Amino acid sequence: MLDLQKYSCLGAALRDALERFGSETCLIEADRDREKTRLTYSDFKEISMPLARALEDAEFDAGDRAAILMTNQSKWLLSAYAVFYSGGVLVPLDYKLTADEQLQLLEHSKAKVLVVEYYLWRAITRSPEFQNIKTKLVLVTEAPLGAELAGGFRWEDFKRKGTPDFMMRQRDDVACIVYSSGTGGRPKGCVLTHENYLEQCRALTAWYPFWPGVRYLSILPTNHAIDFMVGFIGPFICGACVVHLRTLRPEFVRDAFVRYRITYVALVPMIVKNLERGVRAKFDELPSWKRAILNRMIGLNKMLTRNKARPKLSRMLLPQVHRGFGGELLALITGGAFMEPATMQFFYDLGVPVVNGYGLTEAGTALTLNDLKPFRADTVGKPLPGVELRVLSPNEEGIGEIAARSKTVMSHYLDDPELTLETIVDGWLLTGDLGRFDSSGHLQLFGRKKNMIVTEGGKNIYPEDIEAVFDGLPVKEFCVFAANYVWPQKELGREMLVMALRLEQNQRFDSKLLEEMGARNRRLADFKRVGGYVIWEKDFPRTASMKIKRQALAEELRKTVERTGVVKL
Amino acid sequence: MPTAEQTLEEILTLAAAHFKVPREKLRPDDDFFKTLGIDSLQTLDLLTKLENHFHVELPDYELQGVSDFRTLAGKIQARL
Repeated sequence: MLDLQKYSCLGAALRDALERFGSETCLIEADRDREKTRLTYSDFKEISMPLARALEDAEFDAGDRAAILMTNQSKWLLSAYAVFYSGGVLVPLDYKLTADEQLQLLEHSKAKVLVVEYYLWRAITRSPEFQNIKTKLVLVTEAPLGAELAGGFRWEDFKRKGTPDFMMRQRDDVACIVYSSGTGGRPKGCVLTHENYLEQCRALTAWYPFWPGVRYLSILPTNHAIDFMVGFIGPFICGACVVHLRTLRPEFVRDAFVRYRITYVALVPMIVKNLERGVRAKFDELPSWKRAILNRMIGLNKMLTRNKARPKLSRMLLPQVHRGFGGELLALITGGAFMEPATMQFFYDLGVPVVNGYGLTEAGTALTLNDLKPFRADTVGKPLPGVELRVLSPNEEGIGEIAARSKTVMSHYLDDPELTLETIVDGWLLTGDLGRFDSSGHLQLFGRKKNMIVTEGGKNIYPEDIEAVFDGLPVKEFCVFAANYVWPQKELGREMLVMALRLEQNQRFDSKLLEEMGARNRRLADFKRVGGYVIWEKDFPRTASMKIKRQALAEELRKTVERTGVVKL
Repeated sequence: MPTAEQTLEEILTLAAAHFKVPREKLRPDDDFFKTLGIDSLQTLDLLTKLENHFHVELPDYELQGVSDFRTLAGKIQARL
């Protein structure tokens, strides 16, 4: 791999990687069982240059921002490289947001350029908010010939030859603005520098290296901090190969493991659980005598890997299981949300090491990772090299808020100095997560101090952002909370949003109101929906400026209503 | 070609069989995430079954924002 200490920016490191690993395969893109693209590092360089040229022609200067709005595919990485090559700041946007939300973040980021997939662009152009778009250049990928692009240009039409000027950036220059959440409310644009990424990459690859021949299956959205690092920067810096699938259909994901002999994959808990269901279903289909043999082999593997993962030995003991994963899988990397220890243990016992960690967008990618020495499903691992963690104001059990200091911690929140000051105090990032260290230095998490949830799909949802959809609900007042914020539990999981409702005097909670709540809830993406409600009999406590005192209301709710009193919506 | 109503009925029957719930529990405008208690990946699994049944191919993005059987049926009907 490249010695990242020598580099001042991602563009320079990636440029050298493309030269150094020229003939190695860097990208494979498949749609279902059809392979669409296979590129070497040299091909990648050749294809990305016309795009860098297009940016240059559009007077895209160093420090200008370019947003990417695409599903995982080769053009995501090609476009990102062209932006870094041109000295630009990348703004990866979440393709799962609604068009209005995407437009809101585009405006907030002040992106000059947008690279977008055709079907996403089509949705954006149909939004009433589209008329206010200020992006100067829009490059639309995979648009059908002759399609109306509403001022956009076809990505594939940029073919001008020649090498544009490379724009060098410094370590403390901004590399990316990544939105950790905040649509509908207060956008949280994490401003991350080149140093943040170079140091994060160094730390991660020190524990889990890539090398030419390694194949990483990219399933998590590349706009997510984890996939951006382990599905782009990390593999490219080391000459490895990234495999993109244009579908998340479980059956094709399972096929891809085998077809491309995947080495690493990063998954959110929802997908790992789905995989577990698939594997268990296969086990259940076995005749009882085969199942008995399998159980014995799993038991033996469990015993032999108790202190250390032994992938080669596990493959010999459980060949049929490992063939299902392609036979070369070294680790399932999980993160982004709470992962049930039992699921992790299930895979580990089959000889598929599960590398769980803990991180947040504000800290680059990961702060801790399990080093598998030994595997600990009950923790999120140890701090990565260069990461300092401490527990603030621990209680009698040693549990307190986790604070982090590292070269990977973001510079600030975009255009929000107040929130930055609240979040980074004396150089320490206050994570809002509660945890403690055990005697062997592993971090254990116990819940959240913040009023937010993280879904099984790894999405951060802030209740304040959800409330806009319920504006005008015919009640006196309402407020949305994370259930675990109101009723803390000493573990993660069981996360849901709960609405506290205060009815008008003499108003009754009737089926009409319930229907109205349901209809509004359905306007939200499924992972953002409110899961239940409680009727509150008193006026909400408010500040002098009439804002709801959320913390005070949460405390009153906690004292008066049991969590079991929440009615499912 | 089946009518839109026939397509919808077939989808409800297939979904009930796939997730092992009584057919009469499913209604066209039900939020299937809620009624069936499934996540988005399980929905994709169902979609694969439906594609095989109707001999159509729907890209994942067609499902974005779809949470009721009637809309899903409309997407499939459009490709028949």
